Amino acid sequence: MSDDIVIRVEGLSKKYQLGQRAGRAGGLRHAIEDGIAAPFRWVGKSFSGRQTEDRHKSTQEFWALRNITFDVKRGEVVGIIGRNGAGKSTLLKVLSRITEPTSGRIGLKGRVASLLEVGTGFHPELSGRENVFLNGAVLGMKHSEVRRKFDEIVAFAGVEQFLDTPVKRYSSGMYVRLAFAVAAHLEPEILIVDEVLAVGDSEFQKKCLDKMREVTDGGRTVLFVSHNLSAVASLCNRAVYLKSGEMVMTGESSAVIAKYQNDVVRAADEPAPDPARRSGSGTHRIHEIKSAGSEFAPRKPMEFTADIRQHAPDGPFHFSMHFLDEWDTEVFAVNTEYLEGMSLLPGNREVTVRIQTPWLPPGDYRADAYLHCNGIIDHWPDACRFRIGAGVAVGGYSSISAKNAGKALANFSMETREI
Amino acid sequence: MQSEQNDIAIIDEDSFDRWIEAGHVEKHYWLDLWHYRELFFILAWRDVAVRYKQTVAGTAWALLQPLLTMIIMTVIFGKVAGLPSMGDAPYAIMVFAALLPWQFFSNALSASGQSVVSNRDMISKVYFPRIIVPAGSVLVSLVDFLISLVILAALMIWYHFPPVWNLLYLPLFMVMAMIAAMGAGLVLTALTVQYRDFRILVPFIVQFGLYVSPVALSLEQIRSKISPELFYIFCLNPLVFVIEGFRWCVLGGEFRLLEPPMLVSFAVSFLLLAAGISYFRKTERSFADVI
Repeated sequence: MSDDIVIRVEGLSKKYQLGQRAGRAGGLRHAIEDGIAAPFRWVGKSFSGRQTEDRHKSTQEFWALRNITFDVKRGEVVGIIGRNGAGKSTLLKVLSRITEPTSGRIGLKGRVASLLEVGTGFHPELSGRENVFLNGAVLGMKHSEVRRKFDEIVAFAGVEQFLDTPVKRYSSGMYVRLAFAVAAHLEPEILIVDEVLAVGDSEFQKKCLDKMREVTDGGRTVLFVSHNLSAVASLCNRAVYLKSGEMVMTGESSAVIAKYQNDVVRAADEPAPDPARRSGSGTHRIHEIKSAGSEFAPRKPMEFTADIRQHAPDGPFHFSMHFLDEWDTEVFAVNTEYLEGMSLLPGNREVTVRIQTPWLPPGDYRADAYLHCNGIIDHWPDACRFRIGAGVAVGGYSSISAKNAGKALANFSMETREI
Repeated sequence: MQSEQNDIAIIDEDSFDRWIEAGHVEKHYWLDLWHYRELFFILAWRDVAVRYKQTVAGTAWALLQPLLTMIIMTVIFGKVAGLPSMGDAPYAIMVFAALLPWQFFSNALSASGQSVVSNRDMISKVYFPRIIVPAGSVLVSLVDFLISLVILAALMIWYHFPPVWNLLYLPLFMVMAMIAAMGAGLVLTALTVQYRDFRILVPFIVQFGLYVSPVALSLEQIRSKISPELFYIFCLNPLVFVIEGFRWCVLGGEFRLLEPPMLVSFAVSFLLLAAGISYFRKTERSFADVI
């Protein structure tokens, strides 16, 4: 039924210019130089008959989105998944009219509200009450609408006593709760949400997820970008999988998530990308991260060895590894910075990381590795992948319960007696 | 699946409320602007509220700035340099009648120039017609202007200077001041987003403007000192006749305004506004990318 289509994305592409012409770095001088040089370039071209080098062409182009096409039907809840830099946020920005596409088009039916951040427009000097009205207006709510829902918003956030306190005195939890509460009371026909659930304490996160479920059950059309695959799995009936700006797959969310997870695991077999092409200042690069094997037995210590090579002079720096589970949730991180007095001296170095706890439940894991010192020196996403075997039951856990017992396994025992 | 692209459903294009396309000119630009009128007022209200919460003296700042400028100018130009006033009006009132629109204009220009850059977080996260940000700055400057009218009243009481009926025309000249401020402000705002150099240039432009506006001197005195050609060039400054109009409203006197130089000056205002709106509209779509 074509009448049911409320969002139509057709051949959508978005190109960014990198380098000197990009805004901040552009500067007036280049514009003036360009302006003055233009007639000379023109004269030069018509005399010599050959193309003089054009400054505009020499800038790098970057396609954040390339030829994306999909439809969303009324009442569908669509999750957009993909790695960092896959184009998810750009897609939302184009859909929300914040930035315009380079080519292609988007058709929208009904009132659209987008929520790319909680608390947009919040001003620290203004009171909670004032910020509710301000933020409501920024998100496109009418003044009368905010007034009508005001009590509900305040109750949801649980900040009744602090309504007339400037929000700069709020705890970060209160701030986020109030900001989300305003957003949660938007009543658009199409809602575009970016990762805003990853805020607040777990109790509030649950409240947010419940609210999202309420919104989606109410027949609202929702487009939801998230790193949190479990949230996508539980909220969305459809998903769109983006990779390097292109759409890999769209369909039933469970199938798309499976495909994504499969890709993430399979990518382990691909050769490691050239270190020089990674982001960061590059004075040092991690050339390899070795481990005893790609599978660890549960409850056993894990050991990783990083091979770091110097490429340019620099001062002392730090090394860190961030461990993510198959839902792309960071489970824990290790960092030389956490160890008092420890940093790596410049030069070719080897770092050995020994991890005793936490005990990870069986499953696939990967680690992002960083070298940093004030800024990022090297960022290696997916530096290593490993699996925690399911074969062995872990102290107190059966192999089945271990998989569902949270993000880490505890070293626990229990006793009972009659009282 | 990839195959979905091929058998994409046929749709009725007109049934969609909005199509977002590259280079797409918003068909209902002004209607869209009308929908966002509440945000326009609330942003202006925020700027006023924040200023009065953050500063100790609050409202007093809006009063002190023009008052002190007037006192300094009266002492330096009126007493020390001995510049004449107009007719029998006290020099202080003559200067203040000119300072009112001038300060409105310079405040509006500086504030709107910075406005988009200082609201960058909002612009990169939410859609709204970007024009409401600089327009809000002009509105805030208007609030300051209204507050400083109090000083004018106090001055007139102090000098026993009775108001004249011409005062009723003041809003007319205020509208002209707003048109000039809005036009110049929009051009500068769009330029500041693209080239941050203008953050440094704007204060200079404002400072320079004071010297090419008839604030310390009356227009008649300037006219008598320079050649007619130069006088026409002087009248390209859109503020010349706004200031002259303000003086006529406050001090009274002969109506010598509807002359070709005034039409030139006001034509410049309207041209600035038209140029400002069209340049702003052309660049605002890429604000989020370059900001």
